[in-house]
Amino acid sequence: MSELLLEVDHLVVEYPLKGWRRRAFRALDDVSLDIRPGETVGLVGESGSGKTTLGRAVLGLAPVSGGAVRFGGCDLTRLPRRERRHLASRIQVVFQDPYSSLNPALTIEQILVEPLTAQRVPRAEATARVRRLLDQVQLPADAGARLPREFSGGQRQRIAIARALALRPGLVVCDEAVSALDLSTQARVLTLLQELQETTGVAYLFISHDLAVVRRLSHRVAVMHRGRIVEWGTAERVTTRPTDPYTRRLLLSVPVPDPLEQRRRREERARLVTPES
Amino acid sequence: MSEIGVGVVPDPVAASATRGVARRLLGNPLAIGSAVVLVLIVGSAVLAPWLAPHDPNLPSATDVLAAPSDRFLLGADSSGHDILSRLLFATRVTLAAAALALVVAAVLGISAGLMAGYAGGWTETVGTWIASMLMALPGIVALLAARAVVGPSVWATMIVFGVLLSPMFYRVIYTAVSGVRQELFVDAARVAGLSDARIITRHILTVVRAPAVILAAQVATVGIGVQSGLAFLGLGDPTVPSWGGMLNDAFTSMYLAPLQILWPSLAIGTTGIALTLLSNALRDAWEGTTGPSPRRDRRGTARPSPAGRPAGVVHDEAPRDREVPPAELLGVTGLRVGYVRPDGTSRTVVDGVSLQVRRGEVHGLVGESGSGKTQTAFAIMRLLPREAQVSGRIGFDGTDLAELPERELRRLRGHRIGYIPQEPMSNLDPSFTVGSQLVEPIRLHLGLGRAPARARALDLLDRVGLPDPRRAFGSYPHEISGGMAQRVLIAGAVSCHPDLLIADEPTTALDVTVQAEVLDLLRGLQADLGMGILLVTHNFGVVADICDQVSVMRSGRIVETGPVRAIFEDPRHPYTRSLFAAVPQAGVLRDPWVMPVVGRSGPGSLPDDARPTAPVGKEPADV
Repeated sequence: MSELLLEVDHLVVEYPLKGWRRRAFRALDDVSLDIRPGETVGLVGESGSGKTTLGRAVLGLAPVSGGAVRFGGCDLTRLPRRERRHLASRIQVVFQDPYSSLNPALTIEQILVEPLTAQRVPRAEATARVRRLLDQVQLPADAGARLPREFSGGQRQRIAIARALALRPGLVVCDEAVSALDLSTQARVLTLLQELQETTGVAYLFISHDLAVVRRLSHRVAVMHRGRIVEWGTAERVTTRPTDPYTRRLLLSVPVPDPLEQRRRREERARLVTPES
Repeated sequence: MSEIGVGVVPDPVAASATRGVARRLLGNPLAIGSAVVLVLIVGSAVLAPWLAPHDPNLPSATDVLAAPSDRFLLGADSSGHDILSRLLFATRVTLAAAALALVVAAVLGISAGLMAGYAGGWTETVGTWIASMLMALPGIVALLAARAVVGPSVWATMIVFGVLLSPMFYRVIYTAVSGVRQELFVDAARVAGLSDARIITRHILTVVRAPAVILAAQVATVGIGVQSGLAFLGLGDPTVPSWGGMLNDAFTSMYLAPLQILWPSLAIGTTGIALTLLSNALRDAWEGTTGPSPRRDRRGTARPSPAGRPAGVVHDEAPRDREVPPAELLGVTGLRVGYVRPDGTSRTVVDGVSLQVRRGEVHGLVGESGSGKTQTAFAIMRLLPREAQVSGRIGFDGTDLAELPERELRRLRGHRIGYIPQEPMSNLDPSFTVGSQLVEPIRLHLGLGRAPARARALDLLDRVGLPDPRRAFGSYPHEISGGMAQRVLIAGAVSCHPDLLIADEPTTALDVTVQAEVLDLLRGLQADLGMGILLVTHNFGVVADICDQVSVMRSGRIVETGPVRAIFEDPRHPYTRSLFAAVPQAGVLRDPWVMPVVGRSGPGSLPDDARPTAPVGKEPADV
């Protein structure tokens, strides 16, 4: 068991619905998965499938009503707030929206130094580390003095990645981290994420609706549908030999940039869908 | 007065961001002027004991209503006090009274607003209830009642007034904070392990400080006004000089010495105007409205293009199944779209685009954000904002849309040219049912009666694959899903059997399974109705799925165009190639996972205590 970095164990997340005596909405239903150090686990699903909720539960931002999230053997859901805050530095996040995830009033350096000083890293060391981080995510050294609005979407996402790595976390939750980016920017950020993983040994929980992107970065992939994990295995197996019908339909729905191959897949999907309806 | 904005003192660590604000403030003559006036007023109040030539409270029976002279620069009032000295001391009292009201209002309102906005729950309910109650109280009546209880003391009255004003702060701060609370950077701060107090001071206060400071200047103005008003009505403390009290005194002797009413009025007016102007300048500086945002400048550089520039790489036509190529439906030649920047230079976003859509053909317009593809589509429909400078020929079935009068163009749009937008939800009016939004254009363009139009709309909803057309017809947009809304918009776009359909990223906001269904639907409709489609997208998979022809756009120009098979098999322009290279390839997988080597460290590496200690060597098992 000690091999596991993160273990999500029969997790249930429910949100109360407004209205008298209405049953709570079950966003996650008996979800289990695990992540090993330095591994990327891809989490695929469509909107409303619960993939973002799972990410937020791992980060401690969602109300857990059953099951456990264990990080390095320690159950995060049962920790008091203070200790949780301390441990939180080991799990970081990169959000989808590179515009609202950076405080517009702070400079890049302030944004990056903040998590370090919050964890009582001395000021001088924090500044030095921030400079190294900017270099690592391939931003110019003078970026620190500038405000977020001076950067493009791809650069902002690099800043968000730098902030996530500042505390040297064991796990980074990437919630649709490249979905808002243009194709070529997306490719560069994916390469950066992979390089950072190889040099630092950080693990990713990589949440995306885009199967092609998930396959490119992940070692293992979980497919979510209506709050449950319907398929879970190595990226190679899930994306080439799926067993679950939903996964198969999802895979065939992704259009491929090849007119002939795409026509073949379209016909295959039509055969898969027709018997159902 | 602005220096008494308690609770909104700029965060010292945000200094460099504030430096930009200071620079913008210094560039604004109104800001400098009003700041100088305020400094003079506050300075004279502080230095009043040294500046005043006379004792402000020393009456002199011989100098009653004395005219301005060497001895009394501004004259003497009805009790023989020197007006200048009294004005200086009154400034002290009035400003201090307004400051007191402001501090009370700011401390109460800001702290309650922060608490209610950040914590939510019962604090929100209680806070909003109290604020509403205070706002419902008629302020002056409440002040008069308070004065009857606590006596004529200026300070007690202003504390009560501060409490009455606190909802102004509460509401502004509460709204700002509850908006910021949802922002991702607050989540990111929580994940970084910051305490609530730190998040509030660092992230929330920095965002709400601008509205708070602006409000402070307004509240101070109101404070001065109300304090003066009360004193003018004779409800102030007669033993201390104040602007309102002086006004009251001058008013009673207006016919004998009309000039005397001028001095306190000037003091009240100047202070109020200076405060308002300064707060406006502060708002402009903080929100950066005085200069163009640098983000916009970088996109699409303006370069005058020589006429007849080659349209990038053009692929030959593939041999067609049909003998005669279908007639041209849309022929765009040399389309240019430019915008004038605030500094007078112009920015070209579409630079000499030429493209052709034939009947029954799907033409894909591909490019990254900022390439000008959506601007091109909007220019064809002439839906660009008025500031846009458009030139070029937009031939549609024999007519030039660019030359057409607006009236005739309106008849074409929606009838012969349909449009499918990217965001289905924001393109349906939330206050009308889906059905009524479909029926209206059908009646307008086809001249059908209510019942036939309704039948046609139901038919269309059935055709676009809605499971229960009748229910969808009577639903409001918020009652249907995004995929259904997009089907409704497609139904609307094809409702009048258009010849040309312009679809701007029609599937980008949809899930992949829904996207596949919507593409199937578009393909079916296109085959049934024989429409030409101009499809704007950034997704090469979508292009491969549905398009016959494709044009690749970059920085406002088409760099490569041709039949879809030719471009996918043999992309020639380096930009097209780089786009294809960026598409995640189906065959490429990560190398199998191996446990990271213990001991290697670098910035961002695992802390040693988080690293598992057990030896590893086991192959990753498939779960």
